Amino acid sequence: MSIAFQLARNSFGRLVFTGADGVAREGVLPVRAFPISAPDFGVSLVDGDGHELVWIEHLAELPEPTRSLVAEELAAREFVPEIRRLRSVSSFATPSTWDLETDRGDATLVLRGEEDIRRLANGMLMIADSHGIQFLIRDLAALDRNSRKLLDRFL
Amino acid sequence: MNTEPQVAPPAENSLPESWRHDLDARLAAGENVLAWLAADLDAKLNFTRGLVVVTDRRLLSRAPDSGEWSEWAYREGLGCHLHDHAGVGTLELTDASGRLACWRYTLGENISALRLLDQFERQLESHLTGRPPATDAESVCPICRAPLAPDQDECPVCAKEIHTPPSTWTLLRLWRFAKPYQGRLLAGFLLTLASTAATLVPPYMTMPLMDDILIPYQNGKPIDVDLVTLYLGGLLGAALLAWALGWARTYILALVSERIGADLRTTTYEHLLKLSLEYFGGKRTGDLMARIGSETDRINVFLSLHLLDFATDVLMIGMTAIILFSINPWLAAVTLLPLPFIAWMIHVVRDRLRTGFEKIDRVWSEVTNVLADTIPGIRVVKAFAQEKREADRFREANRHNLAVNDRLNKTWSLFSPTVSLLTEVGLLVVWAFGIWQVSKDQITVGVLSAFLAYIGRFYTRLDSMSRIVSVTQKAASGAKRIFDILDHVSSVPEPTKPVHLAQVTGRIEIRDAGFRYGNRAVIRGLDLAIAPGEMIGLVGHSGSGKSTLVNLICRFYDLTEGSIRVDGVDLRSLPVAEYRRHIGLVLQEPFLFFGTIAENIAYGKPDATREEIVAAARAAHAHEFILRLPQGYDSLVGERGQGLSGGERQRISIARALLIDPRILILDEATSSVDSTTEKEIQKALDNLVQGRTTIAIAHRLSTLRKADRLVVMDRGQIVEIGSHEQLMAREGAYHRLYQAQARQAEVLEEEAAA
Repeated sequence: MSIAFQLARNSFGRLVFTGADGVAREGVLPVRAFPISAPDFGVSLVDGDGHELVWIEHLAELPEPTRSLVAEELAAREFVPEIRRLRSVSSFATPSTWDLETDRGDATLVLRGEEDIRRLANGMLMIADSHGIQFLIRDLAALDRNSRKLLDRFL
Repeated sequence: MNTEPQVAPPAENSLPESWRHDLDARLAAGENVLAWLAADLDAKLNFTRGLVVVTDRRLLSRAPDSGEWSEWAYREGLGCHLHDHAGVGTLELTDASGRLACWRYTLGENISALRLLDQFERQLESHLTGRPPATDAESVCPICRAPLAPDQDECPVCAKEIHTPPSTWTLLRLWRFAKPYQGRLLAGFLLTLASTAATLVPPYMTMPLMDDILIPYQNGKPIDVDLVTLYLGGLLGAALLAWALGWARTYILALVSERIGADLRTTTYEHLLKLSLEYFGGKRTGDLMARIGSETDRINVFLSLHLLDFATDVLMIGMTAIILFSINPWLAAVTLLPLPFIAWMIHVVRDRLRTGFEKIDRVWSEVTNVLADTIPGIRVVKAFAQEKREADRFREANRHNLAVNDRLNKTWSLFSPTVSLLTEVGLLVVWAFGIWQVSKDQITVGVLSAFLAYIGRFYTRLDSMSRIVSVTQKAASGAKRIFDILDHVSSVPEPTKPVHLAQVTGRIEIRDAGFRYGNRAVIRGLDLAIAPGEMIGLVGHSGSGKSTLVNLICRFYDLTEGSIRVDGVDLRSLPVAEYRRHIGLVLQEPFLFFGTIAENIAYGKPDATREEIVAAARAAHAHEFILRLPQGYDSLVGERGQGLSGGERQRISIARALLIDPRILILDEATSSVDSTTEKEIQKALDNLVQGRTTIAIAHRLSTLRKADRLVVMDRGQIVEIGSHEQLMAREGAYHRLYQAQARQAEVLEEEAAA
């Protein structure tokens, strides 16, 4: 795939996109189309108004340094901590505060109700906390026994 | 805060101890901490503990790992910016040349971030201009900056954030509903006591029957007929007494429990109706219906049958134990030996069963939810020929239900036989020990037979008591789900000190409004003042926040930031129902309730006279078509007004709004679901409605907003343009583009129609 655009980061930390028309657009954002089910497929670069500028089917197709710029920006925008372990829960009735170990460090989440736990395909669970942060459990079966036991009370 | 609004709250005191100590060392003498933010995420979005502090001299920040401090003094060109995405907030510090620093935090910290930004901007301005920092003209909440009414101490926005879970002793909380029936409950209890005592008389009689009559007869004495008559008469009397008392207590307690159940149901429903749209948005209809319907029923059955039986059993066991000990302590001790063991077993199983039953409940509502999803959408299912897929979904939910049940039944089915086995073993022990005691002449045969008669009952009671475990757990989990609703604090809470507006003129001021749905900011920094009687047209792409703004004005939701005031009073300090009486709402899809047309028109004012109803219908241009219906105003209309056209239904809903004579009128796409001829009719009706009222109209078709005094163009939660049609056209901005796009579309449609 020939890349008909340029990407750079300006001193304000924003991505600047220069397309085939030669116009530079500031504040461009990369967005994944399927952030959970297929994170590697489909990344779209959108401008500040949310209009798509370019569709990148696979991130790997991009040449350097564009690829790492996009990856870097994605890393700074994507926030779906993956739960590795449930240390404790404040109660089995909701709202309940959970003490967690995630791939991004220790965290707590406040679960407002059982309906905030969504079952996704392949045993994945998506848990929204009271502030709207999405926590992911990638594989329920892979959690340790105690975490599963705690979690089971909410499922 | 009220007396000295200009003094910032002692922000430093709220800092965690470890940081405060560290920070103190950094601060110059007399330097005040005005706001701080825990930047709990790093650049790669890992959880961490960074800190950003605004003082009256500079901005400070502490790196999470190294503990190194950075600082920026106030100077020209410095600026702070906040934005957020998917639950992550970003605070950026920039100057003219570029970004100086960037901090990230989870949205839980958003309120402190907003406060930090606010303080930063005030201090910056003060340092640049040399004037003292601007202060709020009125008191605002120290945490979230929402304005407070003069007599309010507690902020209505922050107060609603309650994260404490309900207690686990849920069933005891039912006492709140039992309290009004205290007297009858006590009577029921006394009757239970008496009837239980009566049932314990017959086994006691076996002792003299055996020792005084049967055994002497075997040893050659004749039977004393009078004595036998006396004992048998006693047996019959005790049985009759137990029967009468048992009937009375069951009747009384059943009456009471039925009433408690009914109270529980109505209270839950009333509470549910008071909850905000936000709650209904997050719940599924099937689940809520199941909770109010079947859960209350389950609790009811538990109270009237199982709890009653259980109480009787406990009494019976207690009394039996006393009687047994009074006859022969040794044999009694042996008889009661298995009791603690059984009690322990019940306790162990209880825990397992409770979680199991809670799980079954959740799975069960999953099953009903599939139904509630599919049946209303049956046209879509059939149109796309997805019957099999939906059937599979239902089967899957059922399979899950089965799996959970199977697992529970494994424990449960083991339970009853075990209790029975223990009963048999217990009887065996009593026989063995009893025979030994008889052989040693320590007790008579009569005593042994009385013991056997007693514990026969005794152990059957234990067996049935073990059954109570499951029903109690079921009822407890039902009660928990009911109390989940009852404990849910409305996110549009009633004010603690309500302000009553006698007369509403309809002035609306929206100040610095922000609203967030989940982690998405839907409305941001919106300011708008609407004069009494003015008509505002809200224009914008779908998703630009028009409907949200209207929902906020109706107070279906509460703002996350800022305030909406009506006649100078914050919405949150007005009683919800009283405020909504001043609002007339006409929606895109008018909802008609099951009932007559007259009832539907009078929905907002049930005591309206017939004259008023007819007048409202006339003004709404609905009178004539209503008269054409066979039963006129008494015609029945169904849930969605079957038999009426879209335009007709809409005009009924306009009449409904007209009848309550609201000061504020909201038209949410009132004419967009009908064709243009009908639209003209509705428009005439609306023109009557709009007169003299503050009106906010949302319309997709810009042509329907010609009458508006001002048009407000919204885009992505913000106002981008305000002005009349002519002004906005002249400006050639966002409105111009929208208008042109629609005009082109109309042309294309006309051409197609012509071709």
